[in-house]
Amino acid sequence: MNNILLRVRDLRVDFGAHAVLRGVNFELSAGETLSLVGESGSGKSTLARAILRLLRPAQGSVEFLGLDLLKCPPAALRAQRRGLQIVFQDPLASLDPRMTVGETIGEPLKIFEPGLNADARRRKVGDMLQRVGLSSEMSGRYPHEFSGGQCQRIGIARAMILSPRLLICDEIVSSLDVSIQGQIVNLLLDLRDAGMAVLFISHNLAVVRHLSHRVLVMYLGKLVEIAPCDALFESPVHPYTRALLAAVPHAGGAAAPQGRGGLAAPAQLAAIGELGAPGELAVPDMIASGCAFRNRCPYALPVCEADEPPLLEVAPGHWAACHRSHETLNPLSLRA
Amino acid sequence: MADMVPTLSVDGLRVSFSHRNGNIEAVAGVSLQIAPAECVGLVGESGSGKTQIFMAAMGLLAGNAQVSGSVRFEGEELLAVDALALNRVRGSKLTMIFQDPMTSLTPHLRIGTQLAEVLVTHRGMPWHEARTCAGRMLERVHVPEPKRRLNQYPHELSGGMRQRVMIAMSLLCEPSLVIADEPTTALDVTIQAQIIGLLRAVRGEFGVALVLISHDLAVVAGLADRILVMYAGSVVENATAEELFRHPRHPYTAELLKCMPDINDARLARLPTMAGQPPRPGEMLEACPFAPRCPRAADRCRAERPQLEGSSTSQVACHFPLDS
Repeated sequence: MNNILLRVRDLRVDFGAHAVLRGVNFELSAGETLSLVGESGSGKSTLARAILRLLRPAQGSVEFLGLDLLKCPPAALRAQRRGLQIVFQDPLASLDPRMTVGETIGEPLKIFEPGLNADARRRKVGDMLQRVGLSSEMSGRYPHEFSGGQCQRIGIARAMILSPRLLICDEIVSSLDVSIQGQIVNLLLDLRDAGMAVLFISHNLAVVRHLSHRVLVMYLGKLVEIAPCDALFESPVHPYTRALLAAVPHAGGAAAPQGRGGLAAPAQLAAIGELGAPGELAVPDMIASGCAFRNRCPYALPVCEADEPPLLEVAPGHWAACHRSHETLNPLSLRA
Repeated sequence: MADMVPTLSVDGLRVSFSHRNGNIEAVAGVSLQIAPAECVGLVGESGSGKTQIFMAAMGLLAGNAQVSGSVRFEGEELLAVDALALNRVRGSKLTMIFQDPMTSLTPHLRIGTQLAEVLVTHRGMPWHEARTCAGRMLERVHVPEPKRRLNQYPHELSGGMRQRVMIAMSLLCEPSLVIADEPTTALDVTIQAQIIGLLRAVRGEFGVALVLISHDLAVVAGLADRILVMYAGSVVENATAEELFRHPRHPYTAELLKCMPDINDARLARLPTMAGQPPRPGEMLEACPFAPRCPRAADRCRAERPQLEGSSTSQVACHFPLDS
């Protein structure tokens, strides 16, 4: 797993006077599924767009296969993007309604492999359709003839046709019904097993748990916690991560009728009063100094207003940016 | 309970939309009752017809809709009344909270004006008094700095705050029934938890009946006394929240529960999936709509559509329900 595919260093993005990404650092290894979670406005999608250089970061570097995408000339950037593909949230809006599905999926091949003749291209498109669980006969149809889940598969097929090294998925299961969501999650698991690296952006923590090797938690443009998946869900350190996990409603034990005491949801939600995040995402002046989460944090101390907590390693591979990270490791020792 | 007039009583409701390819039935004969102060969750996938039931009750259906059946609100038939009579009820005694709090507030009017208008219209209250009441209601739904909010426009508020304003608006005329249609779907998970908590508090404080429409069983689980599961225009199961999660009887409910990824479960595991798609509206009126995806389907399921049967607290529309 030490084969670094993507290295993001001190990435900053400003929208006018508003800092959206405030220095993001992380690495993604080949074959790794890395999830990025956080509330809307935390900068998740901006990070995805900055990595692909769909917008211009103010500062920092994005090294992909050793080359800084932010500094590379247009021709080299274009070549690099072949290995770096994205699937967007809204499956129907991200497909051209006037192109057949086959044309949509085949278009990247036309651009990157102009030598390929029409027959070979059609074969490749057909194979890809089958790989995402559709049939090759569907390539002549238009997006409106497909359901949301199928359109999402088409979006994935388009991203996969060039065999990229890294697939960025921006909220790709959010708009899908539960009965369809599993199909897309399983497709991503297949891709992961085939060695594809995935940056999976989502606010659906249950899906994140199923898919990820590691998880990044983002709050107001900064990473506040980085951890292996199990560690994050079983022993979250940052108070924001804890609030996020506590807020997830779930009908616990629902799938196993006799297991875990059935309906856990009411108790879960009741717990938010003490552990949860009251308030909402802070106004921009919260980020001027100190910890950006302090106004919602039940454990805030005077130091949280004065100094911004650095991201420190609290356990092997587990990083958190909290002044009280050493206390919060053990929930019993913590009394606000 | 027996002689009590239900707050809402829906009988044999059918809603269809005319379309160039013929009529498309979105609600295929739904009957349900909501008792005073009861909280009922209505879950189903997109297109299952869950919203259309209440759009019919509120007289908000699209122009090409045809409705039949009966919707009685506190004994009064809503489908038969004229617009004037309907306006006396909707927005005051029968109110609705929509999914997207941005598009359900008017962007060019101050929050205070939009809230006060409800009282001016329904109660004939003078504007200044109505604004005072509006401010008090914002306070009751825990909007910080309610006086300042009255002078703000919707775009100045966050999504969660706008949803609180919508909830305040729905409560102004002391309604008997509030219909919340996906009230947390557009919100972040931490804000969702706050809004669910608020709805729970509102139930206790105002004694209103609440219908919570959602595609997310987990959201409904935290609030509802009773849950109705919809599939392809029909209610397929009706059970107490606890029974539904512990002992689902309709195969669709059972499959749906299996599909929900559990945050406590082993990771890196494949999720169970449901094969196929829900039928398109209008298809398969003769058969059980779930039959093509059902692991228990037999010949009878493909020939005869099962009816919702059982006691008022435990009903299932299935020829071969799972044992309870």
